[in-house]
Amino acid sequence: MIVASVGNVLVWAVWVGAAFACLGSAVAVVSFTNPFYSALALIGNLGSLAVLYLLQSSEFVAAAQVMVYAGAVMVMFLFVIAYVGPRTESPWTGGPSWQAIGAVLAAGALLVEIVVVIGLKAGGELAHSHHVGGTFGTPSYIGRLFLTDHLLAFEITSIVLLVAAIGGVILGAHSRTTADEVSPL
Amino acid sequence: MTGPSTAWYLSVAGFLFGVGALGVLIRRNPLIVLLSLEIMLNGANLALIAFARHLHNGDGQIFALAVMAVAASEVVVGLGLIVALNRKHVPLDVDRLNSLRG
Repeated sequence: MIVASVGNVLVWAVWVGAAFACLGSAVAVVSFTNPFYSALALIGNLGSLAVLYLLQSSEFVAAAQVMVYAGAVMVMFLFVIAYVGPRTESPWTGGPSWQAIGAVLAAGALLVEIVVVIGLKAGGELAHSHHVGGTFGTPSYIGRLFLTDHLLAFEITSIVLLVAAIGGVILGAHSRTTADEVSPL
Repeated sequence: MTGPSTAWYLSVAGFLFGVGALGVLIRRNPLIVLLSLEIMLNGANLALIAFARHLHNGDGQIFALAVMAVAASEVVVGLGLIVALNRKHVPLDVDRLNSLRG
């Protein structure tokens, strides 16, 4: 009994830490003026989200999150930010102010709506969840699902990634050829 | 080991989605718009993962992995566009990008 309650307190402590790190770094991404710092804050956001995924017993998705996002996508982001050059921009200055007011109102309405819907449902069905087995969320479980029930989604995902790679190459090469065509003139 | 209920995870997911939407709407640097878009996608992913655990059904995790792949593709195309714009010396400001003509 004591061991179970200590485990419960530990899970709550880890959850509170990860959730507040997640929310704080998300606010930091939106409010930093330097995009380089925003990208670094997003890496913290992704890491704390991986902790939340681990608490929800989805180990493979947490590992994929860290490898794909923090390992590949964010490195690409940092490269592009360094390539474009330092360019700071404050989130609240410039531009028409009605636009910022409307954005804050829209985001606030969205947030209130989500919180009200969750609050209406929180006491009932969401309070107690099913007990999951030890194999839930392991790589073998995910792999079996991918190669049996969701084979079409798996193949379509690979095609989407291939098309995105081709699109990235074309976008990069197109401007280079036009620059070459323009320069002799 | 019970921990917080699914509603707590969904609250975090909703807050992440709201913060990401705010960033997409108020920031004018396209790089930060892309970063805020990632936050929105991750909020949706967290809701998918929480419901997969709640309903004891692995389909939500498969969906989250597919969302991750689509997000990676979107970042590739978005960053390619930003690099192409920067090569043409177009100002990186989404309020001033109002023409598709190269």
